[in-house]
Amino acid sequence: MSAVSDLPAFPMTRLTPFDPPPGYAAAREAGGLARVRLWDGRTAWLVTGYEQVRSLLGDPRISVDRRREGFPFPTPGREALERSGRTTFVGMDPPDHTRLRRVFTKYFAIRRIEALRPVVQDIVDDLITGILADGPPADFVTALAGEVPSRTICHVLGMPLADRAHFQALDHERNTLTTSPENVIRATNEMLAYADELIERKRREPADDLISELVADQLGGDTISREEMVAAVRLLITAGHETTTNMIGLGIATLLQHPDQLAELRAAPSLVPAAVEELLRYISIFHISPTRVVTEPIEIAGHRLEAGDGVIAAVAGANRDDAAFPDADAFDVHREARHHVAFGYGVHQCLGQPLARVELQTVVETLFRRVPSLRLAVDPAELQVKEYAFLSLAALPLTWDEPREGR
Amino acid sequence: MMIEVEIDQCVGGGQCVMAAPDVFDQDDDGLVVVLDENPGPDRADDVALAARLCPARAIRLAGT
Repeated sequence: MSAVSDLPAFPMTRLTPFDPPPGYAAAREAGGLARVRLWDGRTAWLVTGYEQVRSLLGDPRISVDRRREGFPFPTPGREALERSGRTTFVGMDPPDHTRLRRVFTKYFAIRRIEALRPVVQDIVDDLITGILADGPPADFVTALAGEVPSRTICHVLGMPLADRAHFQALDHERNTLTTSPENVIRATNEMLAYADELIERKRREPADDLISELVADQLGGDTISREEMVAAVRLLITAGHETTTNMIGLGIATLLQHPDQLAELRAAPSLVPAAVEELLRYISIFHISPTRVVTEPIEIAGHRLEAGDGVIAAVAGANRDDAAFPDADAFDVHREARHHVAFGYGVHQCLGQPLARVELQTVVETLFRRVPSLRLAVDPAELQVKEYAFLSLAALPLTWDEPREGR
Repeated sequence: MMIEVEIDQCVGGGQCVMAAPDVFDQDDDGLVVVLDENPGPDRADDVALAARLCPARAIRLAGT
């Protein structure tokens, strides 16, 4: 076995905003997984093969419990974040995970989320109307990508729209890889305080929103403690925000890089849902997660993973596996991509994914219909990614043709 | 084709409802409900996709 210092370091840098780090393909060619070195000198398994990622994330012999010996933390700030504050069901194994996740599944059932389409449509239309009124060019990360999820979350959870700048700033601080551990903990505690106040407000003044319903359903009951509810509400506020923001920004950029396919989408909007699945697969914004620790030995692809081994399931690698997606590095809205693992796999798979899909489908269909001349205002090579927990564009400067006078 | 679901394993992801909305639904808690336990062969592809996508592997198909 090679020395730890010879192993590739993780996280790995993406060379372009659109493609996984080259090291993912190298690990995939080595049987779907390879050892990597973390910042603290420990090692972990980087899993980048599609079947290996699905198999491991669905295996009961791995744990999401951050307190277990050997759990891999990709950065010092991430370790502080994962160990700070109160744990949500995202960091719990069954049966606690099952108990707490089931408190929230009803709120994200397909039929309920589909009923939000008109709300999301209004949000997207209002934002585009404002962007067009201001005139070209515009940074679509701030003008659209950041606004659609935060306004949607404010509506769903029943939060004042004016609060979104506060939680956006805190979430951004928590997710920036270079934020100091102290500041990650402070930002997390501020978010928990905000969640606690929100619950209290909805207890006193219930309205027609998810948090009011949650409080009426569960506060004071036997299933979820107040502390667990505060932590979960913090998760609900943040989980659908940065993730969807980055998918919208990168999704727009990807489609603009493929004008022929974009023209097809404009001509046939029924292609949009499949195109969104392909965008989710192709972009795969998870950059340093999901992470797990092995609890019992697992044999996989000729390797033996021991109890206490850390695992990083690189879904961006799995989603570019030719064995699961022929010619996987090609972006193709016509491919069958529904089996991608962009939302993870196993019992922890993203609970909010139906809402993310509604937001992404609405943005893609509406934006290019209303602004057909939309194009990059800079050279594509100038698009910068941030050092971030998710693949993230720093800015997306776009321009378009304004209608002529009298038309 | 017969469909069996393990309700104890269901995590309410809704993948099955998206794949085959005429065969699967969700109850008031968001957990899986089978609308048609023995769908016709014309539904085989979508039902197989639902079983494949289920993140909790809670859907089992017999007679396929």
